[in-house]
Amino acid sequence: MRSISAALSEFASQQQTAIMPFVTAGDPDLAFTEELLRRLDGLQPGLIEIGFPYSDPIADGPVIQASYTRALASQLRVDQIFESIGRVRPDLTQPLVAMVSYAIVLRYGSERFLEKARSAGFSGLIVPDFLWESEDPLRTLCLASGLDLIPLITPTTPPDRVSRIAQQASGFIYYVSVAGVTGERTGLPQDLQRNLAHLRRESPVPVCVGFGISQPGQVRELRSHCDGVIVGSAIVKRIAALSDGDASTRPNRKLVLDEIANFVADLIRAGNS
Amino acid sequence: MPQILPKSSPLAAGPDSQGRYGPFGGKYVPETLNHALEELDAAYAAAAQDPDFQSRLNVLLRDLVGRPSPLYFAERLTNLAGGAQIWLKREDLNHTGAHKINNTLGQALLTLRMGKTRVIAETGAGQHGVASATACARLGLPCVVYMGAEDVRRQQPNVRAMRFLGTEVRPVETGSRTLRDAVNEAMRDWMASVKDTHYILGSAVGPHPFPKIVRDFQAIIGRESIEQSKQRFGRLPDCVIACVGGGSNAAGMFYPFVQTTDVPLIGVEAGGRGPVSGDHAAPLTFGQPGILHGSLSYVLQDDDGQTCDVHSASAGLDYPGVGPEHSYWKDSGRVAYTQCTDDDALQAVLTLARNEGILCALESAHAVHEAMQQAKQRSKDDIILVCLSGRGDKDAAEVQRLLGMNT
Ligand SMILES: Cc1ncc(COP(=O)(O)O)c(C=O)c1O
Repeated sequence: MRSISAALSEFASQQQTAIMPFVTAGDPDLAFTEELLRRLDGLQPGLIEIGFPYSDPIADGPVIQASYTRALASQLRVDQIFESIGRVRPDLTQPLVAMVSYAIVLRYGSERFLEKARSAGFSGLIVPDFLWESEDPLRTLCLASGLDLIPLITPTTPPDRVSRIAQQASGFIYYVSVAGVTGERTGLPQDLQRNLAHLRRESPVPVCVGFGISQPGQVRELRSHCDGVIVGSAIVKRIAALSDGDASTRPNRKLVLDEIANFVADLIRAGNS
Repeated sequence: MPQILPKSSPLAAGPDSQGRYGPFGGKYVPETLNHALEELDAAYAAAAQDPDFQSRLNVLLRDLVGRPSPLYFAERLTNLAGGAQIWLKREDLNHTGAHKINNTLGQALLTLRMGKTRVIAETGAGQHGVASATACARLGLPCVVYMGAEDVRRQQPNVRAMRFLGTEVRPVETGSRTLRDAVNEAMRDWMASVKDTHYILGSAVGPHPFPKIVRDFQAIIGRESIEQSKQRFGRLPDCVIACVGGGSNAAGMFYPFVQTTDVPLIGVEAGGRGPVSGDHAAPLTFGQPGILHGSLSYVLQDDDGQTCDVHSASAGLDYPGVGPEHSYWKDSGRVAYTQCTDDDALQAVLTLARNEGILCALESAHAVHEAMQQAKQRSKDDIILVCLSGRGDKDAAEVQRLLGMNT
């Protein structure tokens, strides 16, 4: 299993910006997720992020919320996600990062969760509601199990905290482009490039940007300012077509897989300078 | 004789520096909000030391809210139960009809102090929404209230009142369309608006420092109760009872007693239709420690950490979580927690109305029911003090519907 930092430094050495597609596990079912992961992996985007559906995702906008609701409506369990990823992992080459609420990790048991995540083939974890300075042992447990715990930094993070977190980060830093929830936005925030420049000076690890990014044009604007770009809602929205409206008007799965693959391929091209 | 009034300022006491009550509490929120929580913590600590802030709040509590709220002897209810004396702490007589205003005035003043220019709030029963709308109208702040669409339906009078007061009510259509979903939406709003907006959380829940701030602003209930008990009885009550949704009226009532006395305290959760998961909203009775809405506390969730659906006839108790300090009090054994079913609460509304001429909130009726049970087991010399958290006008139509009464 390739490490996150190895994958990202390979991209950097080729003057390329990695693309990090986000998919919700189990939306509309795990068979589809597995097929989508194979297609995405074939494009060699850099990293792939897999969302564990959660009932109360405070940081997510309507598109990702709805995908979590769809996945949970069919009684999706955490163990099924691990089994599914374990099944598809041998076909994949890109590092996988889990996006998972601490509510889930804690209830499952942090140690047990990390052990299962590692053996399923994850390389890292993003836990959006985990406080970096917390006394909870999650960080040390991640270190011990060889998983990168990816910190988030946002426009509201004070400078002294940015430095402190950056010095302790492993894998990469997830920079949240805007104060707000996930979801597509048309423009990029004015101060984004300046914030990224500052963060990259502070950070010994790569910096990837997410929240609100959905178009190749935005990737082109950002590519010289970061190491990777995370794209979620724009992909999840296309998966929603499999469940929205009435059955007779829905596209078939192959069509949706093709559409997402084409979209991600466009993003990857935009990330190549 | 135990010490009656806390020596230290009540605003100065609290959880540890991590916001923990034993293992419970803490801060589990997206990074975007962490800085605002630190700012709030600092602003609150400064306000607690500021006599101007305190006196401004006290004047509003006296002249706008009508504090102190009376202690009332429920004589016919006492005779009916046939045991200990039942006394009511009349938070229902507060302006806007519930304890919620104690907290919203405090937090609205904090909003101004922090230089923020907009307020958001969630509401279940609509009482916190009306109290937020009122505080914001008084202090000239624009206010948006998130309310589950199901609660918009069952608490219409409060929706109208909020709009009348100039507040924008946004119905929430996601999930179970109740209080939990309203909190989610308010938090999402705050994620994008945190620079100029304060979120007036309505119960003793959420990430640190909210549980402490809300408890402190509500602790006036318990402080007044101790003082009034001394005057009326020459001693403290033998038992104190409050209903527990998120736990703010109970925390406010209990906290001064917890700190300084050994008076038995009983919190009453929503037993709903019964003990099957999904039929009640009683995390302290049926739940386990877990994370919801930014803190670690007893919560109703499945083995994967997904929040369970809950039910209560009372919108203000229809919530799968509870404040972290209650979890601490439960585990430490300082407070006993029990529950009361929908049916018993509905009957208690009627019983109180027809014996005392007091139409109380469905939430508060949970505590009234438990008080009658306790009274039966105690001698006539015993004094039971109930926090009557709110009035029931908002529930009249729903109680009628649920009891199948003719209008
Ligand atoms: C009258 C009344 N009592 C009790 C509650 C429950 O909240 P808490 O447990 O925070 O006091 C509410 C909530 O809306 C309420 O309106």
